[in-house]
Amino acid sequence: MIVRIMGEGQFEMPEESLARLNELDDALEAALDDEQSFPAALTALLEGVRRSGTRVPDEELFTSDVVLPAAEATAAEVRELLTDEGLIPD
Amino acid sequence: MGMWQRFTMIFKSKANKALDRAEDPRETLDYSYEKQLDLLQKVRRGVADVATSRKRLELQIGQLDQQSAKLETQAKAALAGGREDLAREALTRRSGLTTQLNDLHAQLATLQDQEEKLTQASQRLQAKVDAFRTKKETIKATYSAAEAQTKINEAFSGISEELGDVGMAIQRAEDKTQSMQARAGAIDELMASGALEDATGTSKDSISAELERMASTSEVEDTLAAMKAELTGGPTPEVTQAPPTPAVESGQAGAPKPAGDEN
Repeated sequence: MIVRIMGEGQFEMPEESLARLNELDDALEAALDDEQSFPAALTALLEGVRRSGTRVPDEELFTSDVVLPAAEATAAEVRELLTDEGLIPD
Repeated sequence: MGMWQRFTMIFKSKANKALDRAEDPRETLDYSYEKQLDLLQKVRRGVADVATSRKRLELQIGQLDQQSAKLETQAKAALAGGREDLAREALTRRSGLTTQLNDLHAQLATLQDQEEKLTQASQRLQAKVDAFRTKKETIKATYSAAEAQTKINEAFSGISEELGDVGMAIQRAEDKTQSMQARAGAIDELMASGALEDATGTSKDSISAELERMASTSEVEDTLAAMKAELTGGPTPEVTQAPPTPAVESGQAGAPKPAGDEN
């Protein structure tokens, strides 16, 4: 599975790392309405990706399976992006 | 998967909209490549803009540092002249500058981080655009318009993600530099108005003026004292009429032997 962290690039993730990343994702979703705990939850998820993933070389053109917000994104920014377009993409 | 699935879908729909497609998919390749080169230019300009903002900020920090050092020197001078009130005023102003400096240093760190990220994004995009060009030429040379579609879609979705990502990064950087430029402009105005006191020393703040007044007052006192001494002390006129006795004086000064013996 290929994960993109916005502003950072893509990482190839081994299958066995996905369960843990899903937990971290759930925690992030839970923190979406809480400006206080959001940064730490986002950092934990991105750290998990960086640690267990392998960087995709710059010259490879792969589509990501998952795209994650940039490290400096705030809960407000992510909420805005999520509601901006509505939940049904065209 | 909760949030990231939603986020991914939204991001991709945004990124896909960034690339319009032409009738013949192979033409679309060339058109897209042009767009990619445009964006690459934009990213490079973005890096240059951030660097300019960073340099301006560094310059301001340097000026405020100088000003802060000057206020410290003034405080010492005031204290040496027995003016604690003036020293206190200088130190109060200096502490105001320190707050401002801390804020500027934090902004500088953000800009440096931004600059580094954009530089890396620019390198990454360059590599992807090069890879796309190679793929594009292969597709055009090898496949018919109909066959090319799948290959093109693959190449497209890979690059459109990168374009979308970099495009948003540039947007974020622009927003940040704009708000910082506004603040930097405000500080420049404050400096020009003399409220922070011009670090070049061309405009005089009240502390400088007061210290100078103190200095000139004591200089006036010294000069007055010297003049009084001249007027009251009688021997000065006789010194000017001394020429008649040069032979005796030069004879004494020119005798090296006694001086050498004394040593």
